[in-house]
Amino acid sequence: MNAGSNAPERYYNYAYLDEQTKRMIRRAILKALAIPGYQVPFGSREMPVPYGWGTGGIQLTAALIGPDDVYKCIDQGADDTTNAVSIRRFFAQVADVAVTEDTGEATIIQTRHRIPEKPLKAGQVLVFQVPQPEPLRGLEPRETETRAMHAYEEYGLQYVSLYESVATYGRIASTVGYPTMIDERYLMNPSPIPKFDNPKLDDNDAILLFGAGREKRIYAVPPNTRVRSLDFEDHPFETQTWDDACALCGAGDSYLDEVVLDDAGQRMFVCSDSHYCAERRAAGHAGPMAGHQLATPETEPAQ
Amino acid sequence: MNAMPQAIQAAPLLRVSGLTKWYGQIIGCRDVAFELRPGEVLGIVGESGSGKTTLLNCISGRLPPSSGSVEFDTARFGLADIYSLNEPDRRRMQREEWGFVHQNPRDGLRMRASGGANVAEPLMNLGGRHYGKMRQATIDWLERVELDTRRIDHKPRQFSGGMQQRIQVARNLIHGPRLVFMDEPTGGLDVSVQARLLDLLRELVRDLDLAVIIVTHDMAVARLMADRLMVMKGGLVVETGLTDQVLDDPQHPYSQLLVSSVLQI
Amino acid sequence: MSHQPLIVVEDLAKTFVLHNADRAAIPVFHKLRLEVGAGECVVLAGESGVGKSTLMRAIYGNYLPTSGAVRVLHDGAYVDITQALPHQVIDVRRRTLGYVSQFLRVIPRVSTLQLVMEPLLENGVEPEAARERAETLLDALRLPRAHWELPPATFSGGEQQRVNIARSFIRNYPVMLLDEPTASLDADNRAIVVDLIRQALGQGAAMIGIFHDHDVRDAVATRLFPVAQFKAAA
Repeated sequence: MNAGSNAPERYYNYAYLDEQTKRMIRRAILKALAIPGYQVPFGSREMPVPYGWGTGGIQLTAALIGPDDVYKCIDQGADDTTNAVSIRRFFAQVADVAVTEDTGEATIIQTRHRIPEKPLKAGQVLVFQVPQPEPLRGLEPRETETRAMHAYEEYGLQYVSLYESVATYGRIASTVGYPTMIDERYLMNPSPIPKFDNPKLDDNDAILLFGAGREKRIYAVPPNTRVRSLDFEDHPFETQTWDDACALCGAGDSYLDEVVLDDAGQRMFVCSDSHYCAERRAAGHAGPMAGHQLATPETEPAQ
Repeated sequence: MNAMPQAIQAAPLLRVSGLTKWYGQIIGCRDVAFELRPGEVLGIVGESGSGKTTLLNCISGRLPPSSGSVEFDTARFGLADIYSLNEPDRRRMQREEWGFVHQNPRDGLRMRASGGANVAEPLMNLGGRHYGKMRQATIDWLERVELDTRRIDHKPRQFSGGMQQRIQVARNLIHGPRLVFMDEPTGGLDVSVQARLLDLLRELVRDLDLAVIIVTHDMAVARLMADRLMVMKGGLVVETGLTDQVLDDPQHPYSQLLVSSVLQI
Repeated sequence: MSHQPLIVVEDLAKTFVLHNADRAAIPVFHKLRLEVGAGECVVLAGESGVGKSTLMRAIYGNYLPTSGAVRVLHDGAYVDITQALPHQVIDVRRRTLGYVSQFLRVIPRVSTLQLVMEPLLENGVEPEAARERAETLLDALRLPRAHWELPPATFSGGEQQRVNIARSFIRNYPVMLLDEPTASLDADNRAIVVDLIRQALGQGAAMIGIFHDHDVRDAVATRLFPVAQFKAAA
């Protein structure tokens, strides 16, 4: 569909949600930005995808997006996975926006479980899809109790999970959804991003919004907010590191996915951020397996 | 004859006055008043439904009473009515200065966390952020409650009932509370395990100079643990006094019945 | 040293009321008066059932008198045991008023030596000093050293009783209540206990005792106190 905003034959409300719902979500977003890290309850709507496919992120995007926005959607860092492609098409259709894979030119980036490698800038909004917003839920099943814990800053329990991790593995082994303290006040689950991305949350120039559709919570980190990853004095926070560089683009500073190549145990490590990797390759960087077929994925079929 | 030094020499640790709890038209406990001094062990005895658990819950800040007050000598505010403190202050005081040992370890332990983490949690709640130090403190406490320290990372479910109760005891003492509530702490255990746990509790209470309020229906537990007793019936305290006096020369008809009902071996 | 009595019993009355037996009242004694001074050992006399043990227990605070007062000199002032708050009675019992019965309350798993030391540890005595005193007493009572590290649960009656006596005499109470402390001891051990009692009296303790053994009674009593003279009418 290629209808302009003035097209008379539009059968849906702009950006899918009705205006009252978008207004309700915007209010929740404003409150979330005003209280960084605080989980704002909102009236999550039924979306045309199942829970777990990003209904929270989609609602946030729908409430924010306008015809002048440029929209990017990634799933585990990649622009070309089924979920990312579907959501991107959805908004191209219902919001008449330009879409892109270029992190730099996007105004709204919806993401499932990664933060792009390229630093974000002021004016950009990063929308996270969140399965479980409550960082304390694993050890405290009662919502009344976790709410009180947030209200009174009783965060000892979060350290219990870190303690368990050190006791079991000799280090803080949790690698995704690593708990963070926002502006030294609210404990926040950063969604299941790898802890590699945690440092990018801190003092970010962009607006970071988190939406949990099934759990009906919205929370936010405003630009340039202090985000601290929890740790122990004798077990400080550390990010993952790799011995390898990206096999395709040679990047040594990006989050790498392991790709199994055949049944004989051949494997390679490649950037999880597909656009970052492509941009580097276009700029002439090359890794040891540059030119491998994975570097030239099938292009998206023409619509 | 000289004047008797009967006045209270030191400020009480806990002062309960006019404590009453209604459940609608039904009385939970009525007009209970007493003082507890540092290091004193008070036993609350009575049969099921006598109101002793209601009373314990009211005193321990878990159930707001219908009327009356519970004053505690808090570290930060001095003697203060715990229900007049705002909720975060009350919760903090409970975390820092109290312990609560439940009859059922499942109510007092985080079953999803390991035994060691359960014991260390109060330290983390009080701001402990050094893993190594907390780990060592946990090991010390597991030894103190006579648990195999090699099992520190086992989940509570992997321990027997008596061992779970020891974990709960360590968890409630590690942060150095001044007052510990115990609700039938040996209730669910078989007799030999119960005797060993009681012995341990008695020793810890003496060594740490703890004030304890212990609810039990078992007169043998009361005799072994408590300095003094309150006998409850129908929500009322019908008799109070020195433990051995109440048990050996009970005055109230109900106390006499209760004591004479104990099976002799 | 003043001539104040260490223990003053004033108009003491005790009547048991058994509520679950038609409120049956069992009067034991009334208007009972007794003073005991330093170095005195008053032996309660009378037939079995006359109320000797009841009086001892009332003085100790174990039984609640119907009326009257029991004043014990504690820290230079009299404390009325019948009116004192529980923590005060506990304090008096810990530092002033000892009760020696013929029964040892065995605590599982606690060694004999530890058991005997415990009262001193409770009073804040250093463990080394407490151990020394406990060893002296156990030696004096001729309890074999091989037994010291064992819990007394499996000891014979006489051995248990000697442990109990060691535990009771270790504190040097100014006031002692002796409820048949020699009941199951042989002649040699009875003589040792008599020595301990005399030593304590020599140090100024005041004692009230019940002794069925006439030899022991004659050896320690400074006077007899017939409880029957205060018998209350039924």
